[in-house]
Amino acid sequence: MSIFLELFITFFKIGLFTFGGGYAMLPLIQKEVLAHDWMEIEEIINFIAVSESTPGPFAINCATYVGMETGGVVGAICATLGVVLPSFIVILIVARFYKQFKESKIVSSVMTGLRPAVIGLIGSALVSMILTVFLPNGFDLGSIVIPDLLVSLAIAVVMTVLVFKKVHPIIIIVLSAIVGIVSGFLLN
Amino acid sequence: MKGNLKTCLTLFITFLKIGAFTFGGGYAMIPIIEKEMVEKHKWIKSEDILDIFAIAESTPGPIAINSATFIGYKIGGVFGSFCATFGVVLPSFTIISIISLVLREFSDIKAVQYAFNGIRAGVLALIIKALVSMYKKAPKDIFSYILMGVSFVLAAFTEINVIFVIIGCGLAGLINSLIIKRRVKE
Repeated sequence: MSIFLELFITFFKIGLFTFGGGYAMLPLIQKEVLAHDWMEIEEIINFIAVSESTPGPFAINCATYVGMETGGVVGAICATLGVVLPSFIVILIVARFYKQFKESKIVSSVMTGLRPAVIGLIGSALVSMILTVFLPNGFDLGSIVIPDLLVSLAIAVVMTVLVFKKVHPIIIIVLSAIVGIVSGFLLN
Repeated sequence: MKGNLKTCLTLFITFLKIGAFTFGGGYAMIPIIEKEMVEKHKWIKSEDILDIFAIAESTPGPIAINSATFIGYKIGGVFGSFCATFGVVLPSFTIISIISLVLREFSDIKAVQYAFNGIRAGVLALIIKALVSMYKKAPKDIFSYILMGVSFVLAAFTEINVIFVIIGCGLAGLINSLIIKRRVKE
């Protein structure tokens, strides 16, 4: 299959099966992108930071980036079109049956199952990210670099405290970058 | 038709602005969309906008795209929905395409690599925050807890496709509601 068709189909699936905003799309993107070997998990986490520091929805940013990295501008167009098209089609249908959809017991019942599912899925994506950040070389205990691990732990804990004190995400990213650069040059 | 074309152009420009100036994704866009549509252009009534956002949340796809498509359709038909959606996507697309090229140039620099080592740890905090606020909004009953646990375990420890987990949980929600309804009747 050509890369363009593959990008389109993959992001179409992602668009069609993601419910809710923000990071709801993360688990599917992570699984699909890793399965296709389009990006490493470290790159996905890097990209979350890029997406938080640039305007626009995460889904679009991510589709464009993955498309661009794997298939250039045409790839980016295919992936972005893929992730947008399911929304577009579904909303055009729903808009015609707006009242029925709003009052539908079936829709609200299905949502009672989807909301907790998304939380579980993001939880799983988070765990794999935590493992990647703290144990970049896997579970091999001999490969753990203690100073690096401690720096990562310290950043993660401090930033979690700050983020719950409503510090803006961009400031979190800038602070983390500064600590990363300083400790990187000091430790190496 | 001429009036419609002008409306669609305004839709495109309005959503282009929304796409270009909101950081943090779909949820951050909601208050700005509301302000532009309800207060500034008076295209949508304030009670309708809440319905639109509720529907955007319970249909597949990113909230920003769903809202743009829906609002565009209400105001300018199918062409209107195209203009609004194209407008909200275009800034992201352009900016990220450029960033993708720039990042590749800088990715060999040591300082950039160190910066991203730090950033990756910081990003965990952002995801934790997002997860906690989603959890706070979710219903706290035994059924939700079971689905959270099951979907977590299936995604973390098995090779089952996430799409099947999502479909399964949606069906479980439907069946559970039917059972509750029957019990209430009896």
